[in-house]
Amino acid sequence: MRLEEKLYLLRWKHDRQSHIAITDPATCRDRCGKTWGRPCTTFCPARVYEWDPAEGRIVVYYENCVECTTCLVGCPYRVIDWRLPRGGFGIQYRYG
Amino acid sequence: MSTEKFDAIVVGAGPAGAAAAITMAQAGLSVVLLERGEYPGAKNVMGGVMYGRMVADVVPEFWKLDAPLERVVVEERVWITTEEGVVSLGYRNPRQAYHPDGCPNAFTVLRARWDRWFAARAEEAGAILVPQTVAEDVIWQDDRIVGVRTGREEGDLYADVVVIADGVNSFLAQRARLRDHPVAPHHLALAVKEVIGLPPEIIESRFNLEPGQGVTIELYGAVTDGMSGYGFLYTNRDSLSVGVGVLVSHLMRTRRTPYELLERLKQHPAVRPLLTGGEVLEYAAHAIPEGGYEAMPRLFGNGVLIAGDAAMMVNGLHREGSNLAMAAGRLAGETVIEAKRRGDFSARTLALYEAKLRESFVLQDLVKYRHLPELADRRPDLFRIYPHLVHDAVHEMLTVDGLPKRAKQRRIWQEITRRRRPLQLLRDLYEIWRAVR
Repeated sequence: MRLEEKLYLLRWKHDRQSHIAITDPATCRDRCGKTWGRPCTTFCPARVYEWDPAEGRIVVYYENCVECTTCLVGCPYRVIDWRLPRGGFGIQYRYG
Repeated sequence: MSTEKFDAIVVGAGPAGAAAAITMAQAGLSVVLLERGEYPGAKNVMGGVMYGRMVADVVPEFWKLDAPLERVVVEERVWITTEEGVVSLGYRNPRQAYHPDGCPNAFTVLRARWDRWFAARAEEAGAILVPQTVAEDVIWQDDRIVGVRTGREEGDLYADVVVIADGVNSFLAQRARLRDHPVAPHHLALAVKEVIGLPPEIIESRFNLEPGQGVTIELYGAVTDGMSGYGFLYTNRDSLSVGVGVLVSHLMRTRRTPYELLERLKQHPAVRPLLTGGEVLEYAAHAIPEGGYEAMPRLFGNGVLIAGDAAMMVNGLHREGSNLAMAAGRLAGETVIEAKRRGDFSARTLALYEAKLRESFVLQDLVKYRHLPELADRRPDLFRIYPHLVHDAVHEMLTVDGLPKRAKQRRIWQEITRRRRPLQLLRDLYEIWRAVR
């Protein structure tokens, strides 16, 4: 089963504003790319982070976020500014 | 701005927070229980095993109520896996699945349902549940915490004590100065899981169960693909929970994706037939605090206590967490009740919380396994080497090919020492023993 199909099963209440920001895109491009290979693009279970080689930056699909909070810890340079979605917004598990 | 003051504000309506709220509300304290999800459980994920004793400590005889138990665990299996094989260990005794008073020892739950039910018990006891509300910060008055700032308009709430139970990677723990540094990647596991729907009769025939009975399987070895962690497969009433969790530090290093790891586990020859015909109902992911005792925050301060995942209260080896959370939540509640009696909510009185935890299994178990997280991070190879050795040894003994058993033993020992020299073996065994003794 592909990840897209898995995510399709989920229910969110989407906020218009993103709860995630990259504070220092240059670090992703240079230091992290060289040293770590941008692990957020692989460990994130909802593929929120994707490397855009043309733009030379990480694109953040915050609507996919399932709020596992791994990226708070797993970004080697801590340049992901992840905040809790506003009350009532974000993922709403039906089973959990 | 509302100036009403409560006895306690509990942040997070999971097992820890709800247990604290129930305990305090039952004693007549005024309690607000904040939950950032649409309903309690909306944000919460767990493999799925809940422990009856710690539930009953706050909701007596809950099994006679309408609690959303999925299945009572009557059999626990551990599967040591290689790419294709399994060495299985198990314990089954349906009669002993209950404590003498009828309380189920362990049962499976789906957290979105369970947490809603459990938090409703807090409401029933008189706590005010406020969902869809994020506690963004604590409110200080000099060196004391006197409330929380919520994301709502005019959303400042005041209380004598704030009980922080906002889960893994607690934001409030740092705001309340109970934790100085963020959690480290080797102190966190990421677990992904699926809930797979199947008719109850099929589950019962596949797992050799009567209606209402359940099985847990933990899978070690190849299923984590060289990373420290384990997979799991639990039976619910009309679904299975199947998932896998590994250390974030290892995911960073190997650059494996968690969802591919889960697909791989589902395709394991011993797992696949159990899932056949099932319909995936939900995919979920959650971080698990695995740092143990050494990575815990301070547990109390002036006007504040912390419990559950927010305080690293997970015993990874025994897949326990919800029980530690509920016990800690209850003890936090009892501490606040005592503090109110004394009229002192400073750290001096709230230190009683830590003393209570030290007397209980919560801190005793966390102290016992305090060296295990370090070993798990440093030696993911143990999860690869030993399952293979065990598997090959069992395979050799079970293969009837005319070779005498003594020769087989010799061959097994040769194979073991070829892959792991006796000195390394001894060192590994010593390290493991030291971490779990």
